Amino acid sequence: MGNDAIARGAWEAGVQVAAAYPGTPSTEILEAIARYPADDIQAQWSPNEKVACDVAIGASFGGVRALVAMKHVGLNVASDSLMSQTYIGVNGGLVLAVCDDPGMHSSQNEQDTRLVGRFAQVPVLEPADAQEALDFTRLAFDLSEQFDSPVILRSTTRLSHCRSLAKVGQRREKESLGFRDDPVKNVMLPGHARQRHPKLLEREGSVQDYLRNSDLIRWETGDTSVGVITLGPAYSYVKEVLPEVSVLKLGMSFPLAEETVRAFCDSVERVIVVEELEPFIEHELHALGIEAQGKAFFPRVGEFSPEVVRDGFRAAGILPGPVLMLDTTELDIEPLVRPPVLCAGCPHITTYMAMRALDARVSGDIGCYTLAAVEPLKAIDTCVSMGSSIGVAIGLAKAGTETKPIVATIGDSTFLHAGIPPLIDAVYNQADITVLLLDNQTIAMTGGQDHPGTGVTLRGDKTHRIDFEELIRSLGVTWLKTVDSYDVGALYQACRDAIEHRGVSVVISNRPCVLDPVKIKGPAFQVQAEGCTACQTCMNLGCPALTWSEARYEGRCKITIDQALCMGCTLCVQICPSDCIQTVAPEAR
Amino acid sequence: MNSPLQSTVVAERRHSAPGESTAATNVLVVGVGGQGVIMISKVIALLCQQHWLQVKQSEVHGMAKRGGVVFSHVRFGKQVYSPTIPAGEADVVLALEWAEGLRWLKYLNPETGTFIVDTQQIVPPFACRNRKPGGLPGYDQLTVDQIRTRLPGILALDASGAATELGNPKAANTVLLGALSTALEFPAEGWQELIAGAVPARTVEINRQAFNMGREWALHPPTEAPRLDKSPPPASVQTLERSVHLEITDAWCKGCDICVKTCPERCLVLNAHQVVEITDPGACTGCRMCEWLCPDFAIRLHSSIPEPE
Repeated sequence: MGNDAIARGAWEAGVQVAAAYPGTPSTEILEAIARYPADDIQAQWSPNEKVACDVAIGASFGGVRALVAMKHVGLNVASDSLMSQTYIGVNGGLVLAVCDDPGMHSSQNEQDTRLVGRFAQVPVLEPADAQEALDFTRLAFDLSEQFDSPVILRSTTRLSHCRSLAKVGQRREKESLGFRDDPVKNVMLPGHARQRHPKLLEREGSVQDYLRNSDLIRWETGDTSVGVITLGPAYSYVKEVLPEVSVLKLGMSFPLAEETVRAFCDSVERVIVVEELEPFIEHELHALGIEAQGKAFFPRVGEFSPEVVRDGFRAAGILPGPVLMLDTTELDIEPLVRPPVLCAGCPHITTYMAMRALDARVSGDIGCYTLAAVEPLKAIDTCVSMGSSIGVAIGLAKAGTETKPIVATIGDSTFLHAGIPPLIDAVYNQADITVLLLDNQTIAMTGGQDHPGTGVTLRGDKTHRIDFEELIRSLGVTWLKTVDSYDVGALYQACRDAIEHRGVSVVISNRPCVLDPVKIKGPAFQVQAEGCTACQTCMNLGCPALTWSEARYEGRCKITIDQALCMGCTLCVQICPSDCIQTVAPEAR
Repeated sequence: MNSPLQSTVVAERRHSAPGESTAATNVLVVGVGGQGVIMISKVIALLCQQHWLQVKQSEVHGMAKRGGVVFSHVRFGKQVYSPTIPAGEADVVLALEWAEGLRWLKYLNPETGTFIVDTQQIVPPFACRNRKPGGLPGYDQLTVDQIRTRLPGILALDASGAATELGNPKAANTVLLGALSTALEFPAEGWQELIAGAVPARTVEINRQAFNMGREWALHPPTEAPRLDKSPPPASVQTLERSVHLEITDAWCKGCDICVKTCPERCLVLNAHQVVEITDPGACTGCRMCEWLCPDFAIRLHSSIPEPE
């Protein structure tokens, strides 16, 4: 997998410290790094991307090579540090592996990290496959030290989660350089920063000089009527659909290899830029006065694929055939809508049933529970970014326009990531809100990673476990109650009491995730069909183990439980008005 | 492939011969989160590696285990560029679930592609939305025979049922791999070895049988298509008139809120006088919960459908 290759590249480069906060599609980078010996690499989960970035920066100050991994939106959180660190430069090599998610397979936006690279004026490397992911990661550390700059290694979902073969090398141990005492370089005061800023501009020039003779920029000579400039996974789509043309494959998108790009453009009749997301390279070419086309034919939104690239070349008149005319086995049917749903036995289900029953205005957050925004739970009104729920709730309360009770729902890890400062704000500014802390004791959305609230480290060692009650009380919250969300009545009552409390109230639901870290499967339940009146109350849970049977009552479908999927959580048993959901008789099991 | 049982139909259907063709071979594996799509594609990828072929496997996870759509592209050959298969160019679409197979059919090469599909149907809660009398699940009602008119070579088999009969429903994927093995030119023993390494030790024997069963089935597909799990309900149910009407006796209602809280369609409220009121008569499915649970007999449901005995 691309992420394994990045991890291998870091290990081979002699990295000694690596940190991250999980985020699809970047999560597996640190998980893979943690499989290398602890003597080689200190690897850790941090509570958020900024902390992880600072840890890596500190290691770089200490004279060792350090890597921090994150998804594209994680870089927003870490960017405060990056923007200063780019002035400081590095001591030990410092690489940020940042994974974009074009097409938003599992993200709230599809921002283009290359723009941040230009903003921070740091080199951005763009591997196209697993082999390059490994090689470029190794090279990134050399470049970081050579040019005294943090380096961004940009991946995308299609690279991070694609398996292909790669040749591996050996680890090169790096002697620690030790801390280098240089306050003008290391301490960003206005006076020091003024001296450092011109160095950034010089640095950009030196990287461009380096690119003149670097094999990061690959010129593949072919038919000269069209020249394609491309990079990253888009390169593979170009080679797939248009193998004959001249291609300039950029291994680094910022800074641009101006000289080579100019020579390439002069050698072909027409220049086409094929890049996912923003017209980054295209605009750079325009700024250089080079005539080039790109986003006129290739979309600026979504993920590329061979079809998209083929259609782009058709629109440009380079390939024959009409656009969007696929010769396929198309059936004239609407495909079944199968959105991702909360798992059978998910402890979040009843929380949102309660929210809907209490008719609350709910500001949601990032995590599995965002899936409760759609039918049948349909109980989340807003979702912005990691940790925003509480701040948004405060704002809703301060706006004074809301007649419904205002509730913020936030997961355990998201709370530790960016939810504590807004809760302090709520107490400090006396906002009348309720916070529901959904402590399922794992980072479920990304596949069950540990965090400071689980008391287990990335390498699986025991450590201090945060006591959420103690933490929240210490912030000044006086109304606090912990309940088990599987106890539907108790949860409902706790939420009602919390809402009635004037001021900040917090309800913690402490039921662990059914899947991670261990799958919790109890005996399955079944519907006594003769008692089922097909009222559909249980279907309001949205549980994937519940489905319709062929039996009907007054024309409506009765319910049946998929024994293989049922986790035995009892939620449907508790809410069935006819009391017809019962345990499977032992002899039938 | 050395099997003496091999028929001419199968020979036509086969796609790649390692080392013979330069174009990449494309296998698209699709299913629902948790079914084992990734496991199947890993077996294929490993097999390709053993035959010294370049292979790329691309998937999307993150939302995968949450019951959503899962797909995995496997491409192999002498030189593979794109990690994803262009629509209309899959040599094989292998579907672990019926509706997922239909969803991804547009990826199949319309002339030479092989469509292998498990006829099991996983109906998600989202498809159970039409709660009115006579309501049908929003699940494709196409039958195997209907698809066969478009795709004569379709290999639709009840792999899940077959695996359950063997004693382990989880071996359904191996039944499908057995069927797939007839469409790709790798020796059967290679498949068997890899599968044995990929499954728990105590299930090796069942998986071996499952593979052989799938393979034999594909080499000699029965002419009769397997029945799908869910058949449309009888016409009498479909044509039910959905006329329901709630009669509320205001004077008897004391505003206890029981019906409001239990209404599955959430279409009841207490009005300013603390008397129950229906907000959206169109949403009422006539489930009678409010009628049955009202302690004061203040609600009566009038339905054109007679109450069952």
